[in-house]
Amino acid sequence: MKKSAFFGALTVAGFAAAMASAGTLDDVKAKGFLQCGVSTGLVGFAAPDSNGNWAGFDVSLCRAVAAAVLGDPQAVKFTPTTGKTRFTALASGEVDMLARNTTWTFSRDVDLKFTFDGINYYDGQGFMVPKSLGVSSAKELDGATVCIQTGTTTELNLADFFRANKMKYEPVPIETNAEARQQFLAGACDVYTTDRSGLAATRATFENPDNYVVLPEVISKEPLGPLTRQGDDQWSDIVRWTLNALISAEELGITSANIDELAKGTNNPEINRILGTEGNLGGMLGLDKKWAYNAIKAGGNYGEIFEKYIGEKTAIGLSRGLNAQWKDGGLIYSPPFR
Amino acid sequence: MSDVAYVRTEMVPEKAPPASQVGPIKWVRENLFPDIPNSVLTILALYFLYLALSALLPWIFHSAVHANSLNECREIIREAYGPDAVGACWGVIVDRWHQLLFGFYPQDMYWRPVTAFVLLLVALSPVLFSQVPRKMLMFTAVYPFIMYFLLWGGSIWLPLSVMFGFVLAPISHKIVAPLAGNLAGVIAGFAVPILWWGLAAGPVAEYLHSVAPVGIEYIESAKFGGFMLSITIGITGIALSLPLGIVLALGRRSDLLIIKSLSIGFIEFIRGVPLITLLFVASTLLNYFLPPGTTFDIILRVMIMVTLFSAAYMAEVIRGGLAALPKGQYEAADALGLDYWKAQRLIIMPQALKISIPGIVGTFIGLFKDTTLVSIIGLMDPLGLSNAIRADQAWNGILWELYAFIAAMFWIVCFSMSRYSMYLERKLQTDHR
Amino acid sequence: MSAFTDPPKESFRLGMLIYDTRYRSMTIQIVALIAFLAGAAWLVNNAANNLAALGKPLQFSFLWEPSGYDINQRLIEYNSQSPHIRAAFVGLINTLIIAVMGCTTATILGVVIGVLRLSKNWLVSKLMTVYIETFRNVPVLLWIVFTMAIFIETMPAPREFRSGAATMKLFDSVAFTNRGFYIPEPLFSNSLGNIDVFGIFKISNDLLAVIAVLVVSFLLQRAVKRRADKIQEATGIRPVTWWQRVGLMFIPIVVLLYVLGFHLGYPELKGFNFKGGIHLRNSLISLWIALSLYTAAFIAEAVRAGIMAVSKGQSEAAFALGLTASQTMNLVILPQALRVIIPPLISQYLNLTKNSSLAIAVGYMDITGTLAGITLNQTGREMETLILLMLVYLTISLSISSVMNWYNNAVKLKER
Repeated sequence: MKKSAFFGALTVAGFAAAMASAGTLDDVKAKGFLQCGVSTGLVGFAAPDSNGNWAGFDVSLCRAVAAAVLGDPQAVKFTPTTGKTRFTALASGEVDMLARNTTWTFSRDVDLKFTFDGINYYDGQGFMVPKSLGVSSAKELDGATVCIQTGTTTELNLADFFRANKMKYEPVPIETNAEARQQFLAGACDVYTTDRSGLAATRATFENPDNYVVLPEVISKEPLGPLTRQGDDQWSDIVRWTLNALISAEELGITSANIDELAKGTNNPEINRILGTEGNLGGMLGLDKKWAYNAIKAGGNYGEIFEKYIGEKTAIGLSRGLNAQWKDGGLIYSPPFR
Repeated sequence: MSDVAYVRTEMVPEKAPPASQVGPIKWVRENLFPDIPNSVLTILALYFLYLALSALLPWIFHSAVHANSLNECREIIREAYGPDAVGACWGVIVDRWHQLLFGFYPQDMYWRPVTAFVLLLVALSPVLFSQVPRKMLMFTAVYPFIMYFLLWGGSIWLPLSVMFGFVLAPISHKIVAPLAGNLAGVIAGFAVPILWWGLAAGPVAEYLHSVAPVGIEYIESAKFGGFMLSITIGITGIALSLPLGIVLALGRRSDLLIIKSLSIGFIEFIRGVPLITLLFVASTLLNYFLPPGTTFDIILRVMIMVTLFSAAYMAEVIRGGLAALPKGQYEAADALGLDYWKAQRLIIMPQALKISIPGIVGTFIGLFKDTTLVSIIGLMDPLGLSNAIRADQAWNGILWELYAFIAAMFWIVCFSMSRYSMYLERKLQTDHR
Repeated sequence: MSAFTDPPKESFRLGMLIYDTRYRSMTIQIVALIAFLAGAAWLVNNAANNLAALGKPLQFSFLWEPSGYDINQRLIEYNSQSPHIRAAFVGLINTLIIAVMGCTTATILGVVIGVLRLSKNWLVSKLMTVYIETFRNVPVLLWIVFTMAIFIETMPAPREFRSGAATMKLFDSVAFTNRGFYIPEPLFSNSLGNIDVFGIFKISNDLLAVIAVLVVSFLLQRAVKRRADKIQEATGIRPVTWWQRVGLMFIPIVVLLYVLGFHLGYPELKGFNFKGGIHLRNSLISLWIALSLYTAAFIAEAVRAGIMAVSKGQSEAAFALGLTASQTMNLVILPQALRVIIPPLISQYLNLTKNSSLAIAVGYMDITGTLAGITLNQTGREMETLILLMLVYLTISLSISSVMNWYNNAVKLKER
């Protein structure tokens, strides 16, 4: 830590020497911490508290990766990125991975040269309107004024949706969620559109949430997931399989409460393989045997993280829906650990 | 002889002047109602004042100071001033003032920025006021390193070893000059510190640190925020842009064609684009221009861009000062046999800078105000923090109080700067008319 | 004379490059040039390598792909299928609109406030001082978001018009809402159609016709005035021409408007929004107000300094000649003050234009919002979009300053 502090000081002073760009894994191990790009503040997904500690659904993934690689979930530094800066930050090596509600699209994967390492949240773009407007379907929004948070795929989806339904609208582009909320509540726009998780989070902060409804239409698929730079397969594998370990842990019933018990050995060979008591999956990744144990121990399995930050008991109150395990009719599915 | 005489023997007692010619009434008549158009203006102004104050005063004073959320505020105000009262909720400032001032800087470390700020005033005092002993300038020269050390912390050896580079310059000049001539001495004076900074300073500092680990906790610049961030960016920009601006101004007035056109190109380019585009460059492009793998702190990148930006404006202000200087001053310097740099240092610059003081301070004020733009690229300056605070459940929907507080802070700093520049102008006025 | 011998021909030595003042400047310049070129080459090379490594070499072809997003305020035809370059063009027009509107109002406000600040009326001059100091010393970005917030929070929403809580003003022709102002629009029932300019944008023939008629009438009435002046100079008697001039100014345009079938289209509340009329969006208005008020404070100071720079003797001399107060101001004080005012005025215009890029904070779609905002986000081409953006601003700035400098040279004191 002392050493990294020193390096940080050097960087600030502008003496940053070009680091050898070997694999990201070696870099992270050498630095002693993971540099993770998150959003500048989205309730439930990534937000700093008043002491500057980051917490949230996306943040937990960063902590799990840090735990898997370095054994310490606290060995993460968070870089808040905006819609504009996120890809540059990743591409230029400023961050090692991006866990920031970023939609997996063809062009980002192929043209921008990133690797999407799985999906941690299945989202879709929706609309929120005041109940007093008397609108029950998005198809009735012809001529409406729509607040959009810029810098995402939402603008494109919105344009496509209204064009396909031969409707007109007045877009009001807005930079931050706080401003969108202000304009929406003051009636400067009729509709607020963004990812449905974001809508739910915003609605939860209203004084009278019951006066507003999220319309049933989902106009786009928004699979959100972590990204890494293309071409560093080992690092991408680590991020991908850390996420898969969290998902499998939920499926297999490994929780942060019983993990120490299970790590002593069980009858289920897959649990044993994940927790490193059987085989050497960690070694294949270039990590130690306990990698998945550490990752799950850091914040619990996928289900635990979901419930803690964005689940139905939180202010945001998202139900699992598409994000339930495949056995429960959802889409969350991990390839086998074999 | 009758004693009828038309000569007064005693003075008529002095009468009070008519009521319309003295005191407040005269003042009011002369200053507020001298004629019809002015009377109309006065009445309009009074009406406007009434409108503004009747809207603002109840809001400011029907306020709740101790509250932990907006709803709590509203209840307190309703209880105290009736159900329809609207008032300011200063509770948000009470609750979050530390964030607005220091951002996410660790709370138990607030003494560091506070000390740095107090020392800044000490370091500035010999520059600002001539009554302060000149010896204090030594402290001013060392201050940047103290400020860096206090704000960022880390090992004390790093600022020390960087500082050592500045000591190396005159030393190597002194050693080399007698041996290999003045010119080689000058070259050595430049080259040795640069080599030191480039190659030796880092490792030496690291070595010393491993031998004698003296230092305070390192705070990464991502934790900087609020007015501390504005002031840090502002001070750095001001301190660096002045020398850079002088160099650019001299370059633009130089006879050397290439140097002149390079200076003009730089100045006109920077002045032709908005600061926000330069900040976009800082946030998205700057890394591309460096060798692969180099990463810079975003705050450092912003500081570089802000410095370049204000240097271009500074250069134009100083060029104005240089142009205003009578030609005789240049000729006199030549007649005394001074070389270019001596003439600049002893004759031209002191006068040119004096002439351009209002412009320089104006540029400083502009630079300080422009630090708010960093909120657009996601840094947590006061304006950026106001968004973050509004995103908090407890303070959702609060607005005016935050804006008022931020505006008031900026106003105080900028207004005092402009008043200081007026004071300086008066003080330095040497021509008597 | 031949007694003089030529100075001994010095052979050239390498050291002379440094020690001989004849060569030294050349040496310095060449060293500087080489250093600059090397630095630039290093930066460009790094950028090229980095971009190549990312697989996005510098190319502008993405500008011709469909943008995919909509823009609310567009003066030329644009939809989400139009290419990015057109979106940038829409943004550029919006930038120019706000710049022109802002400069105009800031100048008017600034002159009025600057003159009022010098007023003998104590209350008014103090109020103006307070205004100037308040606006000058608070960041313009804060004013912009502040104005926008006031706008949104205090104006009624369209739904309040439906419930009757708010009503339209000026005989139901104007609606002030927190989405902006809806004002009547001019319509022509016998429209002449549009001209297509290179298929890029369209210009209304009606507008062209109106402008042409106005210009011609103006020129004609000037000619009448000139003739009257000439007669006055020759004979000392001025013919009565005011009715000719008024007639020339107004009759043609009234006839034209009648022929074109001019009428006003009023905004009406339909569905979610007001329909019809011209929609001045809240972002445009708040940006306009904030930029004008902020810049006016600086212009006012420049105007005040300019008027103070005219010595008192000038106005005393004018009064001695028997000029009235307004004649003194128009013929003596202002022309002289103008010379001092114009240079700072130019830089304020430039500042306002550059500050208009802060439109991004209130969602006004200027060129920063389109090209360096949504286009950049959607395509991920930072290098290309930012280069283009800087070039555009550079062009605007340089054109403003060259036009204004030309004007400055025209009015400047002719010294010989």
